[in-house]
Amino acid sequence: MITTEPVITVKNMVKKFGNFVANDNLNFEVYKGEIFGFIGANGAGKTTAIRILCGLSTPTSGEMMVAGFDIYRQTEKIKQNIGYMSQKFSLYEDLTINENIRFYGGIYGMKIGERKARTAEMLERLELTAYGNRKIGDLPLGWKQKLAFSIAILHNPKIVFLDEPTGGVDPITRRQFWNLIYEAVEKGITVFVTTHYMDEAEYCDRVSIMADGRIVALDTPEKLKKQYDAANMDEVFLKIAR
Amino acid sequence: MIAVKDLHKKYGDVIALEKVSLSVEKGELFGLIGPDGAGKTTLMRILMSLLLPDKGTATMSGLDVVTDYKKVRLITGYMPGRFSLYPDLTVEENLKFFATVFGTTIEENYHLIKDIYQQIEPFKTRRAGKLSGGMKQKLALSCALIHKPEILILDEPTTGVDAVSRKEFWEMLKRLKKMGITILVSTPYMDEATLCDRIALIQQGRLMDVATPQAMMNSFPEDLWAVRTRKIYDTSKLLEMLPSVISVNSFGQVLHLVTTKGMQTAQSIKQFLVDKGELEISVEASGATIEDVFILLMNHHKQKQ
Repeated sequence: MITTEPVITVKNMVKKFGNFVANDNLNFEVYKGEIFGFIGANGAGKTTAIRILCGLSTPTSGEMMVAGFDIYRQTEKIKQNIGYMSQKFSLYEDLTINENIRFYGGIYGMKIGERKARTAEMLERLELTAYGNRKIGDLPLGWKQKLAFSIAILHNPKIVFLDEPTGGVDPITRRQFWNLIYEAVEKGITVFVTTHYMDEAEYCDRVSIMADGRIVALDTPEKLKKQYDAANMDEVFLKIAR
Repeated sequence: MIAVKDLHKKYGDVIALEKVSLSVEKGELFGLIGPDGAGKTTLMRILMSLLLPDKGTATMSGLDVVTDYKKVRLITGYMPGRFSLYPDLTVEENLKFFATVFGTTIEENYHLIKDIYQQIEPFKTRRAGKLSGGMKQKLALSCALIHKPEILILDEPTTGVDAVSRKEFWEMLKRLKKMGITILVSTPYMDEATLCDRIALIQQGRLMDVATPQAMMNSFPEDLWAVRTRKIYDTSKLLEMLPSVISVNSFGQVLHLVTTKGMQTAQSIKQFLVDKGELEISVEASGATIEDVFILLMNHHKQKQ
């Protein structure tokens, strides 16, 4: 269910590194239950903004609320209420599936009974029930990514941040991954996702496009295509970023 | 120019390459298309004589990659997937280093890298480790080219790179091809396949198909339909129940439905959806993309296992 109730509010967000302005006065809201696409060229400032919203970096100025908590004073609360997954870091390769789940459940302070119930449900959904004692390092990449996502939402966060979750993944797994995203949305989780695959931008409810530290466009894929007179999001992106 | 015959490579129990054979012609821009873990890097590392095959042979410009490895290295340029220049040396020092190692100078082959190097020349006194991703990529390509190689091997040069920079990179490759350099390039992005002269689709260590991208798309063996709907998820669930359905996949705002050749028509599919209560839809026959081909071959492969 898409609402207009904001779970992320960003007002006048600025982040400077010395003289370099990585985020130049960003203003946007992410609504509860939506899939919010965050795209832009390399170096446009996406990662900087995500790190701030996850409570990992302090902005230079501006006002931001994430999942109802203040970005300056309540970063620990924010971390408890979000999930995070990226292509680069997902799970511990030397631990088994079950050990990884136990580790993450512990970090998020999940009760043992709840963790066990949700683990069973999740492994069944992924058809991995028989593989709980396999080491992550032995699994194919596609399985790892689906598992990493499922573990990132195991504690039922309000928002999950996905930083290029499907990079390098085969085309079938890539689509299965998006089905998992839709299922998470059905459960009421808000999804904040970055991608270099422009067909995936079409799957978002709204897309923001960044260039040189600013948000240059933000709307539904349908309206963006109309506004830029483009057949698909790839064309929209090329028109904006070039 | 590159001839690979029956290559096998295992890491412990994991099969990285299985019976891989292919040949790349002189002056060709050849793409190795497949996801992470498919075996692309293993194949390239064997060609670059950085890894020994378990079985099979490979030659580069007629030179065996195992017995003539020193000569092979002289005629090839290699850009590995991970940035592997010296981060503490400046842009210019890196380039000079590679030129010197190969017994040449920057001036001698400047014409080859001019287009690319000019874009980073204003930063030539900056340390390579401090460059942006796009600039690192251009420097790495310049270093791979400075000894005027006959063959260029590029391992996922566009991974993690945005759509605009990717397009620019492929334009650079086309210019290099015009200079007569044979290029073997790997990528996980299926949409880049059509920019190559010929491609190999690789998955789980096996080549599933080798041909020109156009031939692959034209010889798609089943019927493919583009279905437009307001409710992508619901409609795709319904279509999975259609008789003779092979697969339903979303491609941006369109669903690609594959059915057994000759078993359905646009009208019959539309009727099926209307009967199920889906009224706002359109169905039309569509050409296959490389991604459609890849998905179909992957499904065949899975069924065989």
